[in-house]
Amino acid sequence: MSTSTVEAPATRPERTGFGRRLVSANTFWIGLVLVGLYLGFSVLAPSAFPTLFNFQTLLIEASVLLVLSVGMTFVIITSGIDLSVGSVLVFAGVVGAKAMEALSPGHDATSAGWGVIAVGLVAALTGGAVWGLANGLLIARAKIPPLIVTLGSFGAALGVAELVTAGVDVRTVPQALRRTLGYGTSFVVVPNLVLVAVVVTVLGGWLLHTTRFGRYTYAVGSNAEAARRSGIGVTRHLVLVYLITGLLAGLGGFMSLAYYGTTTISGHSTDNLNVIAAVVLGGTSLFGGVGSMLGSVIGVFIPAVLTKGFVILGVQPFWQPVAVSAVLVAAVWFDQRRRRTQDRR
Amino acid sequence: MGEPILELRGVNKSFGPVHVLHDVDFTVRAGEVTALVGDNGAGKSTLVKCIAGIHSMDSGEVRFAGSPVHVHGPREAAALGIEVVYQDLALCDNLDIVQNMFLGREQLRGGLLDEAEMERKARQTLASLSVRTVKSVRTLVSALSGGQRQTVAIAKAVLWESRVVLLDEPTAALGVAQTRQVLDLVRRLAEQGLGVVLISHNMADVFEVADRIATLYLGRMVAELPAKEVTHSQVVELITAGRSGDLGMARPEAATV
Repeated sequence: MSTSTVEAPATRPERTGFGRRLVSANTFWIGLVLVGLYLGFSVLAPSAFPTLFNFQTLLIEASVLLVLSVGMTFVIITSGIDLSVGSVLVFAGVVGAKAMEALSPGHDATSAGWGVIAVGLVAALTGGAVWGLANGLLIARAKIPPLIVTLGSFGAALGVAELVTAGVDVRTVPQALRRTLGYGTSFVVVPNLVLVAVVVTVLGGWLLHTTRFGRYTYAVGSNAEAARRSGIGVTRHLVLVYLITGLLAGLGGFMSLAYYGTTTISGHSTDNLNVIAAVVLGGTSLFGGVGSMLGSVIGVFIPAVLTKGFVILGVQPFWQPVAVSAVLVAAVWFDQRRRRTQDRR
Repeated sequence: MGEPILELRGVNKSFGPVHVLHDVDFTVRAGEVTALVGDNGAGKSTLVKCIAGIHSMDSGEVRFAGSPVHVHGPREAAALGIEVVYQDLALCDNLDIVQNMFLGREQLRGGLLDEAEMERKARQTLASLSVRTVKSVRTLVSALSGGQRQTVAIAKAVLWESRVVLLDEPTAALGVAQTRQVLDLVRRLAEQGLGVVLISHNMADVFEVADRIATLYLGRMVAELPAKEVTHSQVVELITAGRSGDLGMARPEAATV
């Protein structure tokens, strides 16, 4: 065996130019938009907008969507889509609430203790995970397009939730749960709901950006065949991604239960679109293989800040979806243009 | 010459009623480039996929480094040190060179991806192959030219102390200069002691780098000869007719399936 090994050059980690990479990233620009919006509203309504209370409610109202968007980020990076998150959230909330009622005397869970609440949480998470698993198996094993599968579970999960409750919201939610997770705060000013969302998001970001699981998520979305040939269990990975998304929708259902004190069956019909819009706004590409958790966080807050700002300024809130949609279409347009220039090289 | 590192004896493979490989014998020698040639549908890609563990063989014996082995999947083939570089490359466009080279075999530290170490090893591998065409190992594959992609795919295959590398038409989509680079790279792989299999339709490429030429004709191995002992036109006849003078099959009619 003749060795023609060339001396390896001094190998120190490459400096890719953090500043340059930052500016070229979509996340940077969309983040600037968010900061600009926040500053703009603060200037226009200096006494009402940049207040602690306003900031807290902004975060609280965004926290459930944030939890959903963590799962959605994974799904969209695999070049999939999950339309069912809102319905699964409702289903999980119903299952959790019903479980807590069933364990309470007179089917009134208002004064239930922590044991019952824990059972409710497990029931909600399981309810979410079951739908996630069903989505994942149908998409990865049966190879049905994700759009169709989750459109089906979008309808089915909501339908089942309504069957279970006969269409009437469950209103007896344990006071202990509402006081703590619902509107309690930790560290003086941090709402607990927000704390949960932050923990979930940080864990999601960690999973996506520093682990094998995250790397495989990008690989599957970028080129599933290449991933398979590299020995990655693509089917298993996709099932896991949809399972996680379902599980997080279950958690979202429980959080929403704690916050609203009711199952809000009819209140989540557009959650799926809001979450997808947020993730795409954040620079995650619907074509798969590209995206970041930070981007999704920013994407969640742009519509939230717009809504809050419009309310405070007295602009008709109906302008909010118009504004968000315009930003969304613009974001996708930029993404495609960027891709085209890349392909041209 | 080189020791046989991978030996196939009497390999048969059918897809339903279609008998694709008939009693194929094939030997890959360490430190040599063995060209695998044949017309479209002769069974070249099927043979490669059988070696790589993507298809199972119906019958036949495989010996690796002298001992019999059974390969049941791409991972097992990779564990033996058999790597395949596919025609369509199978790289992830949205990942960079390091991420692609380590895809499926990421190095971890404390359960997390060890980017610095992977980057170091990737750079070392590229340097050992004298690759100078890639500016940064953190370039996204989508930004690379065809030749650079081929280089990355080949480097990915040799990163793992592999002993046999199978290249499926590595120069098919490349320009003159890029073909030049890839052929140099193929030669260097053999010089490093690897057994290299080169599938190609381009006779000029084959005669330039191959030590031995194996010809498949309608699923049969009709000749496996040192490149020096055959001429260009003989190989073309073997590919198209299955025989050339006293080389190849005795009775071509027998080959009609």
